[in-house]
Amino acid sequence: MNIASFAPLAVVLPFLGAAVAFVLIKRPKAQRRVSLGTITVTLGLEVWLLASVWTTGPIAVHLGGWAPPFGIVMVVDQFSSLLLVISSAVCLAVLAYATGQGAADSEEGGPVSVFHPTFLILVAGVSNAFLAGDLFNLYVGFEILLTASYVLMTLGGTGSRIRAGITYVVVSVVSSLLFLIAIAMIYGATGTVTLADLAIKLGELDPGTQGLLHVLLLVAFGIKAAVFPLSFWLPDSYPTAPAPVTAVFAGLLTKVGVYAIIRTETLLFPSGQFNSVLLVVALLTMIVGILGAVAQTDIKRMLSFTLVSHIGYMIFGVALSSVLGLAATIFYVIHHITIQTSLFMVTGLIERRGGTSSITRLGGLAKLSPILAVLYFIPAMNLAGIPPFSGFLGKLGLLQAGVADGSPLAYALVVGGVVASLLTLLVMARVWNRVFWRSTADAEDPDPVLLATAPDASGAQSMRALRTSKHVDATEGRFSGDNEVPILPKMMVYSTMGLVLLGVAMTVFAGPLFELSQEAAAGMLERTPYIEAVLGSGAGAP
Amino acid sequence: MSVNLTLLLVMGVLYAVGIYLLLERSLTRVLLGLMLLANATNLLLLTTGGYAGLAPIFNKDIPSTEYNDPLPQAFILTSIVISFAVTAFMLSLIYRSWLLSHADQIQVDREDIRVAKQDLYDDEEDSEIAVEVSDFHENTHPVAKRETIPGIGYKKIAQVPIAGPVIQVDPESPVPHDDHDQPNKTDKPGKE
Repeated sequence: MNIASFAPLAVVLPFLGAAVAFVLIKRPKAQRRVSLGTITVTLGLEVWLLASVWTTGPIAVHLGGWAPPFGIVMVVDQFSSLLLVISSAVCLAVLAYATGQGAADSEEGGPVSVFHPTFLILVAGVSNAFLAGDLFNLYVGFEILLTASYVLMTLGGTGSRIRAGITYVVVSVVSSLLFLIAIAMIYGATGTVTLADLAIKLGELDPGTQGLLHVLLLVAFGIKAAVFPLSFWLPDSYPTAPAPVTAVFAGLLTKVGVYAIIRTETLLFPSGQFNSVLLVVALLTMIVGILGAVAQTDIKRMLSFTLVSHIGYMIFGVALSSVLGLAATIFYVIHHITIQTSLFMVTGLIERRGGTSSITRLGGLAKLSPILAVLYFIPAMNLAGIPPFSGFLGKLGLLQAGVADGSPLAYALVVGGVVASLLTLLVMARVWNRVFWRSTADAEDPDPVLLATAPDASGAQSMRALRTSKHVDATEGRFSGDNEVPILPKMMVYSTMGLVLLGVAMTVFAGPLFELSQEAAAGMLERTPYIEAVLGSGAGAP
Repeated sequence: MSVNLTLLLVMGVLYAVGIYLLLERSLTRVLLGLMLLANATNLLLLTTGGYAGLAPIFNKDIPSTEYNDPLPQAFILTSIVISFAVTAFMLSLIYRSWLLSHADQIQVDREDIRVAKQDLYDDEEDSEIAVEVSDFHENTHPVAKRETIPGIGYKKIAQVPIAGPVIQVDPESPVPHDDHDQPNKTDKPGKE
């Protein structure tokens, strides 16, 4: 009975919570309490897991007591537990945000009461994918989170969501099928799906077969992680979903794909035979993604493109397959989960306050709502990699690893990384200039409500009145509900603030975090700790 | 490991037809394509189990090679359940799409089209236009005009000369930019 025996609870608890939340579907308040409580408890458990593997390295738990290569294994190592903690923290913030939005939107509670249980199932799927010690369980984890994401993506069933949802579902199903085909072929070639066992047996296959299996896995995970030629679906589908959903998707789902790529590259195929291909793909992802972002005028779409672009950084670090590169990638992944989610949450607030997320219609928000300006500015600068923020530290680590690698391709990526970072800054600054700095009247096509409530129209009085929608319905007609709906509910602002602060905390505690990443990276590249934790000591000898 | 040729052939046909249907624009066909692909993958999983053997119920008199491999079948069961759920969900999406648009087709993304149609570059605030918006001229000069498309945003209309009195721009007048850099500038309509 070790600590890792509690690891499956990270999957089971959200499932139980989801079941209870389904039962409470008619009682929104109780439902909200259950889901928030479940995620809080799960987060606590995961922090405990992280604390216990911080120094010890990977621990495996064999479910049902089956001997190692036969049963289902869950493995907790520094990387997976770190991701678990960050993902649960982000999920908690997003759930609080969604609760705030739901409570603000109607008296009854959430707009769609199916949101809470589905969200918990998504959390369970993400945890399962991070903890999975065998390929098939990873597939099941992916399917759980994808099926939940289909529902969340199309919440409400409006025309645009259905349109985007269909593309999203088809693309996801195709990537899952590719993954399943890869599993079938790997099982046919080796007779096992346990990752630790595969780590040994795949190396014994002939290089051609290895290459085929490797490419299949990379393509399947590449679609999920939105790596360049396979990223077309992401900017199309993410922006249409409700704000909290987009936030959690952008933060977590692509990172699960990145996690799977990292495991493939370090544990299953350590030879690095496709490293140069991955480097080229990473460069293209960075550049094409950010060029897409430059062309957009809608903040959500723009952020989706920057998301694609920054996936390139993670692939860059993985493809270097050095301890420094991998450590920087791990650090960058957890940084990016937090920052991207908080940016999408702020965009949701901007949309609430300004009535739109198009930068041609917004303006003057710095005066109208200084809190939003601060909440946008910190993660935006963090994403662009301005020192001293964690984005800068992560990118610095990646660039150092690239220079240490020394090959021409790595140098090309260093240059590409700097260019993509500068263009990110350009895009972020453009949003800042248009949405926050300029006056509302300067917008190309200003939003009528914004214009009516601009401070020069009737002074501070109107700003105060705009705390709820009831007071603005007289002439402008945009917010004309009978209920008094707060435009910026406290819960939404506080949860966004919490996540922004978490991003700042990552900067403050970057030292220990980077050390942990480095330890995790060293262990993952060495492979033996992981294999021995699953198969018993002595098994990992090459 | 030897495999069953019939299964392989069926699998190949299912993959081919599935991919063909997946590339169609009609949603129902796409769904059918996905279902065929899922079934083809199930057959692939089945073939990885090798020969059909005895049911894997342990009997100490039977050598272990006689048994069927149960693991691929467990995989298939899982995969069937998953594709069942996804098919049901896709059907509901297609039905909803039909209710909303009366079209069993994949819809286009309007925002995407708008971005694709926008100008390759924006005019800088200090280029060319600085001459045209000066206080010394009436606003008869052809400046880039914008047309608002409701719900979509702007479309910029190409510079068209406006009929009427054309004001001669004095070539000696102080212009903030030297024309040597931009030979095309003299081609500008309105500066005949």
